[in-house]
Amino acid sequence: MYSATVMDHFKSPRNVGEIEDANGIGEVGNPLCGDMMTIFLKVKEDRIDDIKFKTFGCGAAIAVSSMLTEMAKGKSLEEARKITNKDVAEALEGLPKNKLHCSNLGADALQKAIKNYEDRKAGKAAPEPKRVEFPIISHAHSHGEKCYCPYCNVEVAEAEGVCKSCGHTLPPVPPA
Amino acid sequence: MTPIYLDYLSANPLLPEVQEAMIGAIRKNLGNPSSQHQLGDQAAEALEKARGQVACLLNCANPKEIVFTSGGTEAINQAIKGVALANRGKGNHLVTSNIEHNAVLRTLRRLRMLDYKVSSVSVDSSGRVDPAEVAKAITPQTILVTIMHSNNEIGTIQPIEEIARITREKNVPFHTDAVTSVGVVPVDVQKLDVDLLSFSANQFYGPAGVGGLYVKQATTLWPLLDGGVQEYNKRAGTENLIGIIGMGAAAELAVQQMEARVKRLLVLKSRLIQGLKDSVEEIFINGHPELSLPNLVSVSIKYIEGEGIVLMLDEEKIYVSTRSACAAGALQASHVLLAIGRDFADSQGTLVLTFGQETTEADIDRFLAVLKNVVQALREMSPLYKKK
Repeated sequence: MYSATVMDHFKSPRNVGEIEDANGIGEVGNPLCGDMMTIFLKVKEDRIDDIKFKTFGCGAAIAVSSMLTEMAKGKSLEEARKITNKDVAEALEGLPKNKLHCSNLGADALQKAIKNYEDRKAGKAAPEPKRVEFPIISHAHSHGEKCYCPYCNVEVAEAEGVCKSCGHTLPPVPPA
Repeated sequence: MTPIYLDYLSANPLLPEVQEAMIGAIRKNLGNPSSQHQLGDQAAEALEKARGQVACLLNCANPKEIVFTSGGTEAINQAIKGVALANRGKGNHLVTSNIEHNAVLRTLRRLRMLDYKVSSVSVDSSGRVDPAEVAKAITPQTILVTIMHSNNEIGTIQPIEEIARITREKNVPFHTDAVTSVGVVPVDVQKLDVDLLSFSANQFYGPAGVGGLYVKQATTLWPLLDGGVQEYNKRAGTENLIGIIGMGAAAELAVQQMEARVKRLLVLKSRLIQGLKDSVEEIFINGHPELSLPNLVSVSIKYIEGEGIVLMLDEEKIYVSTRSACAAGALQASHVLLAIGRDFADSQGTLVLTFGQETTEADIDRFLAVLKNVVQALREMSPLYKKK
């Protein structure tokens, strides 16, 4: 199912862990969506001196994290900003179609971490990323502004209370 | 390294006796059971012998009530669509549970696209349906109740007899999807008193692509397949005789060995559950603690995702299944795990471990030892995991 490169990065992931004195942190996804990725940066003189990751997700998500950190390590922020999801997927010799969203997660997390570094430098950021409380009771989960049925994943109008696709009653969304 | 196979639910190996029966049938050139000549008679005899063997497994007194199909999925589709279409004049309402297999759920979804209505009964945290809830869901418009005998993800066995008493009293046909039960635990259609019951040969060491539907006499249903008069007019098409002979042989063995098999499986099951509790922290064992299949353990492992576990175990030649959304083609969380109250994150880290004839205690022990390391490695990588 996966390319040899994906399997290699999944089996022996590079740069796993946290950086204690990280000066840029980016977190994307949440456990409700199936995956979650945190990127830790140590930036020195506008260059990524060290980078580590922690990921909750499938084989592809872990391989993406690993490859991304390898690609970003040692690069200037200018260069790192240019790394796209497509670059990561290509470096991994492709991903199955239904796993391409995992690669989006990777580059997004890096961009978020770089932004976090710059915000901190400008003195306007909260040092800790916002974390979703865990565990969370199940509910129709949102990808951005859209809401999806937790049973069949089809987009639903939450106000209707019932998924028109599979007929399941939608569980209530807990207060924010 | 000998492979360890803990995925019996996905595919059972064919027992040697089953293989022999099938190879014998292949070599013999049995002919078509519908033919008028002697070769046809021989084929018809083999077909009816298999029907008798299967009837015996279900304690069905009248073998003509067994209809052979291409497997569990067809049997389920036949039961539900067949009854729904034949009884449209009487009503358009069906009752089910919210933990059924997709063969049931998607069949019902299809019917909903016509003008059928479906009520879904919830289960408790152990995955059991409350028969009183089924009774409440039945309306004068109800033309079928369909509740599975045992669940394919968590193993919980339903109170089918009690539900059948209710449907009998209310005069509503009752179908049970018994695919994961038949040949594994005793299933007696006379005792259960259901109208329709689906099963599949591959769950009891018979070939894949063969199964059947028990249809109690006088049940009204339309055939799914129209054509010839095979299967007493209930299922057209030339019979898959070689496969059916294999299922017959497997059924006969299941009858003979049932008690010993269950006893052995229960020993493996309790060793596996105890081992999981001892070697991995923060897990849930899903399903009912007693009223469940002896060959299945469902475990949710917190903070990690199942596909990663499957891939890492695969490296060690240990084969298991996961119910993680990431591993499902459609990236959907398991509706069964959500129904019993697991959240999305926990259902992500869920393995379904199924075992059987060739599984040994040593297999269980090695699996547990490897799993412990795999879980640790993945948790070290997980941003959700905080060391205590």
